[in-house]
Amino acid sequence: MKLASFAARVAALALAAGAAQAQVTIGVTLGATGPGASLGIHYKNAFQLLPTTLGGQPVKYIILEDGSDATNAGKNARKLITEDKVDVVMGSNGVPSSLQIAQVAFETKTPFVCMTPIALAPDKLAWTFVVPQPTELMMSAVAAHMKANGVKTVGFIGFSDAWGDLMYKATEHHAAAHGYKVVTNERYARADTSVTGQVLRIMAANPDAVVVGGSGTGGALPHVALVERGYKGRIYHNHGTVNREFIKVGGKAVEGAIAPTGPLMVPEELPANHATKAVSLDFTRRYEEKFGADTRNAFAGYSHDGVMLIGAAIPAAMKKAKPGTPEFRAALREALENARDVVGTHGVYSMTPANHNGLDERARVLVKVDNGSWRLMK
Amino acid sequence: MTGDIFLWLAQDGLTNGAIYALLALALLLVFTVTRVIFVPQGDFITFAAMSLAMLEAGRLPGTVWILAVGGLAAAALEAAAALRERAWRRLPRVALLYVALPLAVAGLAGWAAPRRLDHWLQVLLALAMVVPLGPIVYRVAYQPLASASVLVLFIVSMAVHYVLVGLSLVFFGGEGLRARAFSDAKFKLWVVDVSAQSLWVVLASVVLIVALWLLFERSVYGKALRATAMNRIGARLVGIPTALTGQLSFLLAAFIGAFSGILISPITTLYYDTGFIIGLKGFVGGILGGMASYPLAAAGSVALGLLESFSSFWASAFKEVIVFTLIIPMLVWLSLRSHHVEEEEE
Repeated sequence: MKLASFAARVAALALAAGAAQAQVTIGVTLGATGPGASLGIHYKNAFQLLPTTLGGQPVKYIILEDGSDATNAGKNARKLITEDKVDVVMGSNGVPSSLQIAQVAFETKTPFVCMTPIALAPDKLAWTFVVPQPTELMMSAVAAHMKANGVKTVGFIGFSDAWGDLMYKATEHHAAAHGYKVVTNERYARADTSVTGQVLRIMAANPDAVVVGGSGTGGALPHVALVERGYKGRIYHNHGTVNREFIKVGGKAVEGAIAPTGPLMVPEELPANHATKAVSLDFTRRYEEKFGADTRNAFAGYSHDGVMLIGAAIPAAMKKAKPGTPEFRAALREALENARDVVGTHGVYSMTPANHNGLDERARVLVKVDNGSWRLMK
Repeated sequence: MTGDIFLWLAQDGLTNGAIYALLALALLLVFTVTRVIFVPQGDFITFAAMSLAMLEAGRLPGTVWILAVGGLAAAALEAAAALRERAWRRLPRVALLYVALPLAVAGLAGWAAPRRLDHWLQVLLALAMVVPLGPIVYRVAYQPLASASVLVLFIVSMAVHYVLVGLSLVFFGGEGLRARAFSDAKFKLWVVDVSAQSLWVVLASVVLIVALWLLFERSVYGKALRATAMNRIGARLVGIPTALTGQLSFLLAAFIGAFSGILISPITTLYYDTGFIIGLKGFVGGILGGMASYPLAAAGSVALGLLESFSSFWASAFKEVIVFTLIIPMLVWLSLRSHHVEEEEE
């Protein structure tokens, strides 16, 4: 009898192992604490709403915390890949963290679905797929709006970090084609108690419009200071700033602020034929049901879209190899690179070997603070 | 640079400098009395400012939980000590100070939060929530190690700081908050519009500094603090309880931190972790004053505020670099000047 029960147990174990083998494992590292916490919390929340089967396969998520620290993010990625044998890594909030993970992914030949807009050299791009809109794509909406309104000189003030640099480069990038000149490059830190010096410098240059390269509530400080000093021109922000806390902190002063964002921030106001309306609306509704009214944010959408991309790639990869093997990771990478017309909350993704983001103009809309909330600009 | 830009920057620098001066004084006070480099000083700024902003939004700040749980922990330590020494008479006082008082404040906050009381009452409530944290932190984290070396106390400080920052993230969330201004009024001072809020900051700082000076010069408690700062052993020999002066210095430090937080909360956006950087700048101000003299520390802090303001105009990307680099020549000078004294020689 004992032998029979032992045999049964072995069989059960073997079965379980077999089932586990078909399971796709997604390793995630995020910083829901540390300086990037205001973004990381949203990225992390989204995983509570994501499906546990993708492309017909059961999926397991392993989520690690990196404290918004690039070194930790790299360590986590390495741990996920070598110890947990994940098939694909996702992460992280913050450009430095994501660059670290990209490096690890490149070395270990693991597909990396990156949730921060980073730009990689073509020879390092092979394993990395970037979910968010490139900053140039986002700021092209701002540049076009400035051109239409006859803006000739632009003052820039942004974070003294990688995000501020990205925003400055994106603003500069469109300058020639849209006929404006960037006249200041002021920097401030999120923790600064005052931006008087920087704002005075901008006031002295007296530009037609100002672009703020901050993110979240951090974008409010220069905006409020500019308004207090009597600046009359338009003030543009970027997609990192679009959330309800920004308006709560900025109050009346930030009325009229204009920013680009993904369509999921205003799905209700999108025209019925907009490509992502259904997906954006569904995700926003589910997110706000779970986390409260008005908690919608771009970051949770990136988690969602990243997982959707992986889901779209799994069926093709399953035909070639079993999850948990290097062959499967290579097949998954190839399938991701060939993903076409994957509809996410932010836009429609069509990857090519040269373009590992694959978003187009449908992935951005302009919104404006109108009576204390972000509204779609028609 | 024109004259009016100069004045604008000077005004901004003085406002920030006044805050740094307050913090430098608190850090100096705690350091001289207890030899603790009080890293969590800045966290009191955060807690007070965020608690005020949350009260204004009609929500109950998580500070009350730290207050209640911390109070109970301190009460447990005190009670254990009292039982060990069979000093039963101390128990009612412990229960009153560490259990009844924090719980009463927490209860009051719970009652007041949804009612959105008058702004001044909310300020008082925020202070009442944060200030008792000073003695509680001292009792729980520092008093058991009061005679340890400066380095050990510093490591404890770092630990307390990380605990407080972590709790701050849990209670206040990752996004920034900003409190309402006390007044939107502006005064025309020659060419510069001076906001009432920055006048408030400077005036309140000056008043507080004078009050501290009076406390040290005139009151028995202030004299006890000064005596402990000068010589711990000597102070004990003449009958000054050093545990009491330690608690008193932490009470003052928490009050100054919370007060600064409330002063700046309408001027800027504060995050769960911003207090640390502000506290650090107060520390740099204190170092500029040689970490020994109150007037020099205050002067150093005001100079730091001005430097910060002008460097944010000239080279905003390098502002923090300039501000924190200042500490290096000062430290070199301090270490060259002082003949090395073994700290354990007491």
